[in-house]
Amino acid sequence: MQLIPCPWCGPREQTEFHYGGQADVAYPDDPAALTDEQWAHFVFFRDNPKGPFAERWFHSAGCRTWFRAVRDTRTYAFLPGSSA
Amino acid sequence: MTRLDGHGRIDRSRTLRFVVDDVAYTGHPGDTLASALLAHGVHRLGTSVKLGRPRGIGAAWVEDPTGLVQIEEPFPEPMLLAATVELTDGLVARGVGGRGRLAQVPDTARHDRQHHHCDVLVVGAGPAGLAAARQAARAGEDVVLVDDRSEAGGTLTGTETIDGRGSRDWAADVVAELAASGTVLHLQRTTAFGHHDDGYVLALERRTSGASRQRVHRIRAARVVVATGAIERPIVFEDNDRPGVMLASAARDLLHRQGVRAGSEVVVFTSDDAAYATAADLHDAGARVTVVDVRPTPPAAGPCLERDIVVHGNAVVTGAEGEDHVTGAVLGDGRTLPCDLLLVSGGWNPTAHLFSHVRGALRYDPELGAFRPGEELPGTRVVGAANGVLDLAGGLRDAVGDAAPAVVEQPRTPTTVLWRVPGDPARQFVDLARDATVRDIERAVGAGMTSVEHVKRYTTIGTAHDQGRTSGVIASGITAELLGRPIEDLGTTTFRPPYVPVAFAALAGRERGDLYDPVRTTVLHDRHVAAGAVFEDVGQWKRARHYPRAGEDMAAAVLRECAAARTGVAIMDGSTLGKIDVQGADAGVLLDRLYTNLMSSLKVGRVRYGVMCGNDGMMIDDGTVLRLADDRFLVTTTTGNAAVVLEWMEEWLQTEWPDLAVHVTSVTDQWAVLPVVGPRSRDVIGAVFGDVDVSNDAFGFMTWQDTVLDGVPVRLARISFSGELAYEVHVDARYAPALWDRLLEAGRPFDITPYGTETMHVLRAEKGYPIVGQDTDGTVTPQDLGMSWVISKKKTDFVGKRSFARAENLNPQRKELVSLLPTDAATTLPEGSQIVEFRADGALPPPPVPMLGHVTSSYRSAALGRPFALALLKAGRSRVGEVVHVPVGDRLVAAEIAPTVLVDPEGARRDG
Ligand SMILES: [Zn+2]
Repeated sequence: MQLIPCPWCGPREQTEFHYGGQADVAYPDDPAALTDEQWAHFVFFRDNPKGPFAERWFHSAGCRTWFRAVRDTRTYAFLPGSSA
Repeated sequence: MTRLDGHGRIDRSRTLRFVVDDVAYTGHPGDTLASALLAHGVHRLGTSVKLGRPRGIGAAWVEDPTGLVQIEEPFPEPMLLAATVELTDGLVARGVGGRGRLAQVPDTARHDRQHHHCDVLVVGAGPAGLAAARQAARAGEDVVLVDDRSEAGGTLTGTETIDGRGSRDWAADVVAELAASGTVLHLQRTTAFGHHDDGYVLALERRTSGASRQRVHRIRAARVVVATGAIERPIVFEDNDRPGVMLASAARDLLHRQGVRAGSEVVVFTSDDAAYATAADLHDAGARVTVVDVRPTPPAAGPCLERDIVVHGNAVVTGAEGEDHVTGAVLGDGRTLPCDLLLVSGGWNPTAHLFSHVRGALRYDPELGAFRPGEELPGTRVVGAANGVLDLAGGLRDAVGDAAPAVVEQPRTPTTVLWRVPGDPARQFVDLARDATVRDIERAVGAGMTSVEHVKRYTTIGTAHDQGRTSGVIASGITAELLGRPIEDLGTTTFRPPYVPVAFAALAGRERGDLYDPVRTTVLHDRHVAAGAVFEDVGQWKRARHYPRAGEDMAAAVLRECAAARTGVAIMDGSTLGKIDVQGADAGVLLDRLYTNLMSSLKVGRVRYGVMCGNDGMMIDDGTVLRLADDRFLVTTTTGNAAVVLEWMEEWLQTEWPDLAVHVTSVTDQWAVLPVVGPRSRDVIGAVFGDVDVSNDAFGFMTWQDTVLDGVPVRLARISFSGELAYEVHVDARYAPALWDRLLEAGRPFDITPYGTETMHVLRAEKGYPIVGQDTDGTVTPQDLGMSWVISKKKTDFVGKRSFARAENLNPQRKELVSLLPTDAATTLPEGSQIVEFRADGALPPPPVPMLGHVTSSYRSAALGRPFALALLKAGRSRVGEVVHVPVGDRLVAAEIAPTVLVDPEGARRDG
């Protein structure tokens, strides 16, 4: 069981967290202005890189902070100092 | 008897009685079941799993591939190694035929768990582990030291000298120092069986006192030191599975720990130096010993020659004679050496499992003939024999460098690596637990397998209780020879947790029965129990499903409860309803963005139904919203979705709209909710709350009012999930039992009837109210449910809005919620049933049969006097009045498609 670095609580057991998917996928400013395809890319499409990946995590069984962290998908290791 | 005076560390002042295979024996504290049997000259235990060959005790600890017993007393446990079972008084066991038997009675023993956090975890309290633990303790670190044997010291026999002291005295000194340090938790009889991410190690403690039989220690260590030693490797020869064939180290271990000499006429077959110590010790203990060494000039023969022990150099044992017990060792030159104990030593396999568990790469070391840690891992160090450093002085240096205690150097010569000797491959056993032979490996290679992982699965070598501790590397070596490839290219199979078998009961610990998953009950639970309610699980909640009277089944109870709600008055416990207090200047803005309809326009004192969707436009949840103040709303959610909706709100607030001034708080447990439902509900509410004008003009549908009853604040809301005149009574949960009693008392003249979730489901289904998660499944939009009216056309955006305009969402063939009325007016369609086109011939066509949808809810209706169902059906609303077929078992049941609202479509009863 991994430790996940919560920016508020520090390293905590992974079972306390929920995964929130890729980070930095902002809600579009004006969804109505998007084509169906553009909207579908926002709703359904996510990157799946091999290597560092910026993700959202939710400390659901802790302080309930949503935060961003970079994790290497090859090793699962969180990059030190990447959570904020 | 082969118990020797003056040897061993058992407590001879106490005698323990035990029974194996119906024969009574005695032993002493400090014995294992294996050592106690061997003290009586008994090697034989059971038979092998496939071939039924005799099996015996093959080693003195977890590496034994044979020696399996079924424990009968004190509690039935299957497939334990006699070598690892500590003897207790009254123990009853029997040898097994390769398989054990699970207990048929519940285990009453308790298992529990502890958590530890430390700077350093040292696994193994042999010399290297003790030195490492002492060094860390002296540096002021928090240390956890675990070791799987009953006492610290590892393989130290006491004959070695460390820091000028007898080695066991040195070990005792270190243990005492650790105990006095105050920063060390030292656990014996504790096996670290799994090493996981970030220094997380699971260890199983076999407890000899206290309330639990076993305890799982969950240890989180900044650093892990693996000092788990090494396990001796056999050499494969014909009939090497005979009882009386044993690892050389096991015989020495038994002699020094328990004072047991496992044989009197001993042949030691070796390709490694360490077996000479065994030979010398057994000789000194009175055995006749002969050594057979693979190497032409045995390098460590000195002590044997001093003792006139015959050493045959450049020789091999090719076979064992004897059936139930070994009677002789057949040498390569054809001679037979009579013996009752045939010891084998082919070198040592470092016990690097805990390194391998965390994906540490192992590398083949030709001097060891084994795989050892081949890289540095952050946070994990493997030291001593586990790291392939087999001599005592080297191992101590490997563990603590210059801080190593002084030990006389005893240089080792490299092992001569020999996996097998010439012979009949069908009688050369590689994995004794699986009856797998060299012939099986030949077959695997002949079948084209070139990977050790494939060979393992084909032959099952290494898949038994011992996970191939003695057979794995040999299987790799023989496979490499057969393939004509170097073993280093082939590698070895991966070690995975658990290192030793762990009982599920230990892993479960206290989390069994009611503690497996928390059971949530409402404050009224005792009232429901007293009323004879039948409960159902809704998430973690126990909810009253129905309240059967004497002689009633569920169907009868539900029909009665429904009739009460439609014709009189009924009451339920709705306290599990999710409740979220939404406060702040921007509370209305948040709700406008998350609900499909407009919430900010709701007036204080009023209630509005709302629906939430995801970005994909699919329905997530629904519920009512009460506006409590300009800046405050009480949001209710479905019982199962309370946490989901709270998390959904927090996610948006934190990640997309941190500028909104809103706080959200769960108040589910703080407020009890008691719906009072039916045409006479007004009478009951009026009777209990005399201060409240309950007339329709003063207290209309979808409004709420606060009142006070005997000093207790109560909130009343005209909300109906049944289509009837109804009031929700909200009260501080602590007062709910008293209020429940008051409502029942006031309702007695109207025969007020408690009703459960099943009746609630029927009542809402008769009105076409969907239940999220039952009538929806994450692919259903509000429009699919016929709820376009709940979607605001005024708002420029809300979560899900853009998806409603996607082409797929506008597809006229989408499944829509309708009701189905079985035309026989008798069949209750099973929920989940598929719907197909009507078949005039009453028979299904050959598959594939096009599916039109499925039944989501189905009940008998008291109000309609017939069964009915809700269903998701392709283009369903455009097909109202048509008849479809629903396969039920072997029949096709005809059902007419109807609108969803079957009772009081005008809503006159609800609004009255
Ligand atoms: Zn946190």
